Amino acid sequence: MSDTTTASPSGASVAFAQWLPRIEAVVIPLAALLGGLLVFSVFLLVLGKSPVDFYGLIYKAGFSTPFSWQNTLSRVSPLLFAALCVALPARLGLVVIGGEGAIVLGGLAAAVLGTMLIGAPSTLGLLVMAIGAAGIGALWIGAVGWMRFKRGVNETIASLLMAYIAIALMNHFVEGPFRDPASLNKPSTAPLPDSLRVGDMPIGIEVHWGFAVGVLACVLAWVLIDRTTIGFAARIAGDNVRAAQVQGLPVGKLIIGFTALGGAFAGLAGFFEASAIHGAANGSLVAGYGYTGILVAFLARHNPLAIIPVAILLAGFEASSGLIQRRMDLPDATILVMEGIVFVVLLFSETLYGKIAVFDPKFWGGRA
Amino acid sequence: MSTAAEIGVWGVPLAILGGAIRVSTPFLFVSLGETLTERSGRINLGLEGTLVFGAMTGYAIAYETGSAWLGVLAAALAGSVFGLFHGWICRFKGVNDIAIGIAMMLLGMGLAFFFGKPYIQPVAPDLPAISFGWWSDIPQVQAALQVNALFILGAFLAVAMHWMFRSTRIGLTIRVVGDSTDAARAIGLNPNTVRLLSTAAGGALAGVGGAYLSLYYPGSWTEGISSGQGLMAVALVIFARWNPILSFWAALLFGGAGALGPALQSVGVTSGYYLFFAAPYVLTLGLLILTSSPDKAMDGAPGELSITK
Repeated sequence: MSDTTTASPSGASVAFAQWLPRIEAVVIPLAALLGGLLVFSVFLLVLGKSPVDFYGLIYKAGFSTPFSWQNTLSRVSPLLFAALCVALPARLGLVVIGGEGAIVLGGLAAAVLGTMLIGAPSTLGLLVMAIGAAGIGALWIGAVGWMRFKRGVNETIASLLMAYIAIALMNHFVEGPFRDPASLNKPSTAPLPDSLRVGDMPIGIEVHWGFAVGVLACVLAWVLIDRTTIGFAARIAGDNVRAAQVQGLPVGKLIIGFTALGGAFAGLAGFFEASAIHGAANGSLVAGYGYTGILVAFLARHNPLAIIPVAILLAGFEASSGLIQRRMDLPDATILVMEGIVFVVLLFSETLYGKIAVFDPKFWGGRA
Repeated sequence: MSTAAEIGVWGVPLAILGGAIRVSTPFLFVSLGETLTERSGRINLGLEGTLVFGAMTGYAIAYETGSAWLGVLAAALAGSVFGLFHGWICRFKGVNDIAIGIAMMLLGMGLAFFFGKPYIQPVAPDLPAISFGWWSDIPQVQAALQVNALFILGAFLAVAMHWMFRSTRIGLTIRVVGDSTDAARAIGLNPNTVRLLSTAAGGALAGVGGAYLSLYYPGSWTEGISSGQGLMAVALVIFARWNPILSFWAALLFGGAGALGPALQSVGVTSGYYLFFAAPYVLTLGLLILTSSPDKAMDGAPGELSITK
């Protein structure tokens, strides 16, 4: 960054040169997304299916009518939170991929607290449930950060192991101590009363408040990362841990704090899933949002504001899965394959940074 | 139940031993594959996806051809293609091997579920097992000592790989590349090619581990066939200090932890089943915490490995 600003000759091109890396950071992921969809089109063609039909159905099921927007937007909330659980630790150079565990435990905590709070005022009850869910999520992913800092345990492996442990714990509690005897086929906790169900936003389509809270969480996370000294310190620590320690930055607190905050957001996703969607905790909490969230965060290049549009796009993809299955006779894993291909192409595109002439100030006449 | 009563509480350790041998085989193959890849200086976190895809391919080909061994071969081929792709894409500057591993894990599972849909119902032939329990009349002993041919093959492979690293030119080449890219270049080796081949071979072994899952134990193809064995095996490699022989013992240990729940269930302990189910993950995590270190590099770690740098 600094060399481009000092090297450029005039004031106007200084401003322009400053923008070049940002344009590059938008154009390359977008191109990677399109490239990934193109590769997936080839995959469909090889199978004798029409990519035009496929993307047409995605538009139809995800983005064309108020009903399809409702279908899409009601899936955005967990993706926003799950992506933040990846993006926040990523600022410190950590690859945390176990957000699914915090979502599941957050949902369990919210549902169990809810069964204890029957009769409590709605606002108070929901607040306690949300805090409980965020708390257990913070504890769960914060522990990953703690293990990383204190013992040097690889956070990627540890967080995924923790996700498996979380799912086992949820199964244990839902089938054992907290099982509602009335839930026969699908073991669940007792159903939440209406007063403890999160409702829809007053926007004409049925989208629960988790969407608004998720967007707010992304904005707050952006402010934290981009506009505060804490975020600045985290970025330094992410670039070079040793240098950050030499400068006296509290690296341990940053690592544990950022992982815990990410986990708290993932826990909130579980709260909204349990309270707004399922009305109880059960196996449906293990829906894979934590894994789609990884792709959302990487596509957004771990920028919390960019997470919002990317999450909406991917929610639209997932919302169209049912229609694609019925109309094109493709298995439900089709969207998984598409996401996997986009993910690989996206990571491949990392090699393009700094290699495309248009994004080099020299291309625009600046001296390097 | 009368036979279970005859050997009483001895049924539990016996079932754990038998279970350890049964459950450990996929751990063994994936961890040997990952040992090979990591010794060359690269980490492939995508082996979980390779394992699942190998399980699907093995089952599908065994069903279509009627031969379980052709299924294993197909799984190995499919695994090596995944490994080749991982190895190829990681040559490019700026491409992170850990992140690619995560993406390949998701892609591998997606492709396995996509192509595996028609094979959830049909029944494919099983891999053969060799009975070492002929000397006993007790059915539990006989059941525990039913050892699959792939387990024995894996045990031989562990010894062979150990010997390869210590005493052969190929082993030395892989170790040099894994310890220092610069040193390898200086003596005329191409680090990218060595890593490409090591990752491909590692992927092939992970594919075989997957075929064991679908063709022997549990012995059918479902979308929930792997519950993180591929990932735990990667952690196991760190615990086993990149040593094939230690990987063998560690795989047995993990297999035993995985067999704990079913073993207790077989003698009538059913409460807390899901907690016992979590035992291998807790064990993995506990061992990682105990054996990792925040400041000094780990003993035996390849110098170029991004995970320990």
